[in-house]
Amino acid sequence: MSALAGTPETVARAAAPARRRLGRIYWLEAKAEARKAMRLPAFVLPLFAFPIMFYLLFGLAMHYDPLGGVSIAVYLLATYGAFGVMNAALFGFGIGVAAERGQGWLLLKRATPMPPLALFAGKLAMSLLFAVGIVGALIALGVSLGHVRVPAATLAELAAVLVAGALPFAALGLAVGYWAGPNSAPALCNLLSLPMAFASGLWIPFPMLPSFVRQIAHGLPAYHLARLALGVIGAGNREPAAGSVLYLAGFTVAMLALARAGYLRDEGRTYG
Amino acid sequence: MGTSGTDDGGAASGREVVAELTRASRSFGKVRAVADLDFALRAGEVVALLGPNGAGKTTTVRLLMGLIRPSGGSARLFGMDPARLEARMKVGAMLQVSKVPETLRVREHVELFSSYYPHPLPLAEVLAAAGLEGLEGRLFGKLSGGQRQRVLFALALCGDPELLFLDEPSAGLDVESRRSLWERIAARKRGGGAVLLTTHNLEEADHLADRVVLLDRGRLLAEGTPEQIKARVAGRKVRCRTTLAAGELERLPGARTVRRDGEMVEIFAAEPERLVAALLAADPALTGLEVRGAGLEEAFLALTGGAGGDPAAPGGPGSKDEQEAA
Repeated sequence: MSALAGTPETVARAAAPARRRLGRIYWLEAKAEARKAMRLPAFVLPLFAFPIMFYLLFGLAMHYDPLGGVSIAVYLLATYGAFGVMNAALFGFGIGVAAERGQGWLLLKRATPMPPLALFAGKLAMSLLFAVGIVGALIALGVSLGHVRVPAATLAELAAVLVAGALPFAALGLAVGYWAGPNSAPALCNLLSLPMAFASGLWIPFPMLPSFVRQIAHGLPAYHLARLALGVIGAGNREPAAGSVLYLAGFTVAMLALARAGYLRDEGRTYG
Repeated sequence: MGTSGTDDGGAASGREVVAELTRASRSFGKVRAVADLDFALRAGEVVALLGPNGAGKTTTVRLLMGLIRPSGGSARLFGMDPARLEARMKVGAMLQVSKVPETLRVREHVELFSSYYPHPLPLAEVLAAAGLEGLEGRLFGKLSGGQRQRVLFALALCGDPELLFLDEPSAGLDVESRRSLWERIAARKRGGGAVLLTTHNLEEADHLADRVVLLDRGRLLAEGTPEQIKARVAGRKVRCRTTLAAGELERLPGARTVRRDGEMVEIFAAEPERLVAALLAADPALTGLEVRGAGLEEAFLALTGGAGGDPAAPGGPGSKDEQEAA
């Protein structure tokens, strides 16, 4: 592009810039993110343990009446699945980005010719991998222990909706990562995740919640993800899904914009 | 400013400029971290940016790397906008990182960073150059402080860059690890790569650099070969308990600055031997005599005072404040 001003040497070097393989960068970045996370039991265990424990206790061990026309074991598959996916994405991005940003690690990565998207694609791949693992474990438990009799195609669709539901929470986590410090990010993630899970009916089925909580829920992304998941298994409230999809897409864009604002704020900060 | 000669006549003076600041400024809020700085680094040259904390060293490096934008003036890297990918591919950097992901192995870290570059060095070569042979399978979190710093060095050079940025490369290292890292940086220089390093360690600059650039409060204070700079800042701090008045102390031969520290006085002197002889002659009853190497902070004070032509105001509370601010 600006080869006009270059000496023969710089032109020669500029002529062969693309010998690096982009696909390999993305692959290695995703592998690194997955390894980093999986070698941290303190991060992995709670992500898997909580939805699985809740599902075992409330979905399988106890016997309630059917809810929304399906058995409780099927109903809670959708809501605890949403809970697990939300946490994998929110905590993975929120804590990971805040820590690496605060420690100067992201700045060092930014100083390299790494394609900026590779970093986020790697973290997203890790979140999706965890989401697949959590949802897969819940479905396996439901089918083997919970007498869940749902066509495989429906289960596959449920899993797909839940895993795709990681996106808005990855965006939320990214915004947390760029605004919170390394020490406050875990607390902030919990402050977002726990009340939202409760108010969106991820722990206690939505119809059992007090009505004012149900009012609030309509503004929460976790509620809309749970609605879509419940719709797949036939326990939805028969409203069209388009509204929830639109809400989640808008929420994702807003969170990405918020993350970008945090990133730009960083750039203007005092550095020693 | 009264700098010593800036043309060191070194082999680098005719070569291509690889990194350049032209009247560059950068403010963070009200603080001007770098002000109207002109700077050029040529191929094959090792330059040390030297200065106390807050001098603007790190900001200078980040401007040249395109990590921050100048608020005024310009920064160029290989004649390009430093943020461009083509420029970044020719650069490796060791920045001040407080923590590196600890659950990746040394090999995994190096392989990932190598993948970013079009012509990376083979893994074995990187490990050898950074002194990490045999540690490639170790998790980063299980490494010692010196080994960790060498991994960061490996990440900086794995892309076989034409220019290395080293921001405080030996900060927090013990003497032995520091020596070992210097050895490796020097080897890099013998290989013909350009290096820009920041340090507040005069010895480090002396050991590694062809040229030293002294920064103070975002401005260029002096520039020259380590020998030229040392001639200006080499001095000794003479400490004692004396009844002589500040005015008398200032008139001692070679006294540059005089400072009172409780009941002690500190005299900064270019030639401490002559000064001590005169001091003992003037006050045979003095006690607690000490002669010490001046730290860089004192050297800077001397340089700042020297730049104006006459010695800095001695002894008073004003100069004490200035000392603390610096």
